[in-house]
Amino acid sequence: MTAEQRARSFSVHLVLIAYSLLAVGPILLVVMNSFKVRSAIFGSPLALPDATTFSLVGYEKVFRSSHILTYYSNSLIVTLVSMALVLLFGAMAAWALTEYRFRGSTALALFLSIGIMVPIRLGSVAILNMMRSAGLNDTLTALILVYVAQGLPMSIFILSEFIQQIPKDLRDAARCDGVPETRIFFEVVAPLLRPAIATVAVFTIVPIWNDLWFPLILTSSDSTHTVTLGVQQFLGQYITDWNSVLAALSMAILPVVIIYVVLSRQLIAGLTSGAVK
Amino acid sequence: MPRAKLAGLLLFFLGPAVAIYTLFSIYPLVATMALSTYTSDPSGARYFVGLANFETLLGDALWSKPFWNALGNNLIFFAVHMCVQNPIGIALAGLLSLPGLRFKGFYRTVMFLPTMLSVVIVGFSWNLILSPLWGVAAGALKAVGLGSLFAPWLGLESSALVTLSLISVWQFVGIPMMLIYAALLNIPEELIDAARVDGLGHFRIFFHIKLPLVLPTISLVSVLTFVANFNAFDLIYSVKGALAGPNFATDILGTFFYRTFFGNQLQLGNPTMGSAVATVMFFIILVGLCLYLFLVQRRIRRYAF
Repeated sequence: MTAEQRARSFSVHLVLIAYSLLAVGPILLVVMNSFKVRSAIFGSPLALPDATTFSLVGYEKVFRSSHILTYYSNSLIVTLVSMALVLLFGAMAAWALTEYRFRGSTALALFLSIGIMVPIRLGSVAILNMMRSAGLNDTLTALILVYVAQGLPMSIFILSEFIQQIPKDLRDAARCDGVPETRIFFEVVAPLLRPAIATVAVFTIVPIWNDLWFPLILTSSDSTHTVTLGVQQFLGQYITDWNSVLAALSMAILPVVIIYVVLSRQLIAGLTSGAVK
Repeated sequence: MPRAKLAGLLLFFLGPAVAIYTLFSIYPLVATMALSTYTSDPSGARYFVGLANFETLLGDALWSKPFWNALGNNLIFFAVHMCVQNPIGIALAGLLSLPGLRFKGFYRTVMFLPTMLSVVIVGFSWNLILSPLWGVAAGALKAVGLGSLFAPWLGLESSALVTLSLISVWQFVGIPMMLIYAALLNIPEELIDAARVDGLGHFRIFFHIKLPLVLPTISLVSVLTFVANFNAFDLIYSVKGALAGPNFATDILGTFFYRTFFGNQLQLGNPTMGSAVATVMFFIILVGLCLYLFLVQRRIRRYAF
């Protein structure tokens, strides 16, 4: 490496490190200070907690005065059930759209792709009316139905691209053996879609877990709130209690960060794969 | 394949997806638009009024002033994203795709992290960081000798909207970065090698060869930004509440829709007017999408290959 190349590589890393710090700094700051006593939060906000400043008082307060565990389990149920249904129904629809020739298939594919671009949120007034008249208001089912409808278009789009890449011989061979179509899908095609799942998951899980709008309009009781809404309301009430606010923020951040760090390789591979070209 | 068998298979495979999607996505959109042509009296009965709600929204001073304010603010919100988020995203993608860069996986993971977090969390965290009470932002500026620049940016009418837009940029810069990075990786090696043999440096290769080739992705990113920005709500609501203070300086269409639909301290919720606002938002997004499809994408198809 010449001196000039070394200098260039150094400056590139300098820019990237600076931006990385800007990206994680605010998050680290919040999480770090959530483990401190109040005086240290204000006195030395940039210092790591040490033996004299360490405290879990914020976390204790959050556990005592909010239903944080209920919120967690609600978010988990809603996200996992929605994701499972989006994957199952999305893969089935993608298979039918790519595999079978029928009149109106192009029109149907176009109809399904409207939802990729047009936000379902704009139909909120009617969604709320429907859920009220169906008696689903303030239930997790209402949220799941809306999120499945929201996630399907993108998952059908991505999974269709994947299914097209599966070699034709595989299913033709199965067909010659007289295997029924449903078994071809569930036993031959579906297992091959495994790599696509991470991609679809990025586009499904993240917006659902983080959504504020639909929990805000569709749920009204503590027992049905999700983490995002619960923390939002908790923060609104306790905005002057810095220990609790920082603890509540950290508790909402940490699970996402842990899952992200564990899965980041797959998630990024999914994002940068051909599916979103 | 016999007709009846095909119909059965289609019903089995497509039925659930099409039913849920139609019932909970398309039908509500259409029903909301239909509802925007009705009005309701205090008893709850509904009357058809044609386009009267839209006349009220755009003509009546009580409605039109906040509406135009929200639309104007939304345009500023979008402009900040286009001028700051997308250039930073392109620059970071350009750096990350440099050949032989070490630790690129680490950088990518870290830079994409904010995008994974809930907007609510991001909003509150920045609210705390920028708060004069805590003094972290003021202290950081003082440390680099810019202490006099600090102001309670989120609290001032003049700066609150731009500050919130920049917070949103900070969070979502990962999306253009990743999409453009993926597009850059797909450029054939031979093209770049040929340019290098011709003696072009990294900068000129980037601006004259790589950038024109990823223009389709950049325009896709722009339209995604447009749709997301004109549908934004969570950040303003979590930092500023439904009233989008100070004095509606941060009110965008999403918060205006929420207040119209649900009401707040100052007004009662009004589902039919809320539907009218949602319908207008729908048409704004539709116009943006059509401009993209008919002007941008067609031209790119014609010139790119």
